[in-house]
Amino acid sequence: MMLVQEAIHQLRLFTRRPAAVFFVVAMPLVLLIVLTQLFGNEKIQGLGLNTAQFYTPALAVFGVVMACFTYLAVSTATARDLGILKRIRGTPMPPWVYICARIIAVSVIAFISLLLVIATGALAFGVEIIWERVPAAAVVAVTGALCFASLGMMVTALFRSSETVQAASSAAIMPLAFVSDIFVRPSTETSEWVPLIGNLFPLRHFSIAFQRAFDYAYEGNGFALPDADGIVYSILPHMGVMALWGIGAAIIAARFFRWEARAI
Amino acid sequence: MSAISVNQLCKSYDGRQAVNELSFEVQKGETFALLGPNGAGKTTTIEILEGYRKADSGHVSVLGLNPETETAELKRRTGLVLQTTALEPELTISETITAFARLYRNPRDIKAVLIDVNLAHLQGNRVGILSGGQKRRLEIALGIIGDPELVFLDEPTTGLDPEARRKIWTLIQRLNSNGCTIVLSSHYMDEVQALASHMAIMVDGQIAAEGRPLDLQRQHCTHATIQFDADGNLPDGFPDKLSAATTVHNGHAELVVEDPIPALSMLTSWAETSGHDLSSISVTRQSLEDIYLQLVSQRQAKPHGDTP
Repeated sequence: MMLVQEAIHQLRLFTRRPAAVFFVVAMPLVLLIVLTQLFGNEKIQGLGLNTAQFYTPALAVFGVVMACFTYLAVSTATARDLGILKRIRGTPMPPWVYICARIIAVSVIAFISLLLVIATGALAFGVEIIWERVPAAAVVAVTGALCFASLGMMVTALFRSSETVQAASSAAIMPLAFVSDIFVRPSTETSEWVPLIGNLFPLRHFSIAFQRAFDYAYEGNGFALPDADGIVYSILPHMGVMALWGIGAAIIAARFFRWEARAI
Repeated sequence: MSAISVNQLCKSYDGRQAVNELSFEVQKGETFALLGPNGAGKTTTIEILEGYRKADSGHVSVLGLNPETETAELKRRTGLVLQTTALEPELTISETITAFARLYRNPRDIKAVLIDVNLAHLQGNRVGILSGGQKRRLEIALGIIGDPELVFLDEPTTGLDPEARRKIWTLIQRLNSNGCTIVLSSHYMDEVQALASHMAIMVDGQIAAEGRPLDLQRQHCTHATIQFDADGNLPDGFPDKLSAATTVHNGHAELVVEDPIPALSMLTSWAETSGHDLSSISVTRQSLEDIYLQLVSQRQAKPHGDTP
């Protein structure tokens, strides 16, 4: 009960922060509209998908990451700077309830952002939703949300002030989004090392696994997808990489997290 | 019965001894003030009692609980006002206090508490636009919303204007008259005099003096000052015994003595015979503030600390 109430409290705080609402909810939508207009909603060479069919799941993932990673990290670090985390520790609320409530709140925000992007893609740009793959897409989204929430808490734990947390989270996400099939469509002209670098980090695995649910070049239910040649493509390795990063980050976060801002 | 007992408490940070073999007791229902200059160890002591920090050694008991191990129970029964303001600026007053009230099992009535701290008329306002005094009163409201037996107030009025400070004093007095034990830290003497029934002066992590404010004043008062109008030099025929202790400047004679009674008797008989006008005479004992400053400077002069 306390957990639900605190999560609602955190959601209310989010709605009072216009800059956060813009970056998490509006920016993926704006990017979807701009990129689709920029490239034209035509079949992408070598991919067999329309521009919007590619960008809709990619930017839905981006919205999830903005909520679960960037917003969680920056808002938690800001609350720590303001002494709010310390004050909370002086109340009977168990610390785990507070942290879980924050993670639940950003997951709800992520889900809303994701639905908005997909609904816009479907209604405005004719993106096809493959209904039998919705369960697979949901599993990928939840795994990705938890993985990036865990990474967000790690960044908050490793950096001291909200300014450095803001800088570190942007510095991590922006370049990665370019090598993780989110901002840039994969093309035959891309150097081979780009996906190799992307594959080291969880973002590309999140975006690829989620995009498969929208990729009509494949058959299947979204968990295992045989292609036209009958080669079965599974999302399991992607899930595995996300789980590894998530668990690793959670361990580091638990080890180094501090409730008090360090005195300057 | 004691609400707090501290025995031989020690705490150091990076080799600096912040609290050094500190011992004191706070009785239930008291307003106990911890007074001392910045860096004396007041906040460290209070944060150990609140359960924020672990002691290096010594024994601490708060409401019969060990703050290091029985934290959950301690947090249900105590209320805090931390030294620095910590509020979400985006929330309204009533949202802020409602969010805190639901964390306690038997919270006090939100409306009644807001009326108590004189914020009921502002309850729809965002915290971000409140004045310093209003924010502090809201924090006191958050400290008492859980209906605590004991409230810690760490420098509750530092940085506030005199009127805001008076309002907070009234609030603290009312809280105490309802039976709540209060532990207060401050570096304002007037605040301690107005509120505390029991005080301890802390210097360099140790208690330099402790007791009821009036008793402390009596014990540590070493001299009195007698003042009267006098032009230029000491008048002719001024008692020899007193002239060494008397200085005259700006038309004012000032006489510092240990015991004012014999000096006054000599002065009055001299005035009667010489016809000097003594109608402006005043006698002042050292104030608690003088005593505090004296104790602090004595202690700090002693070469015992490891403080740089």
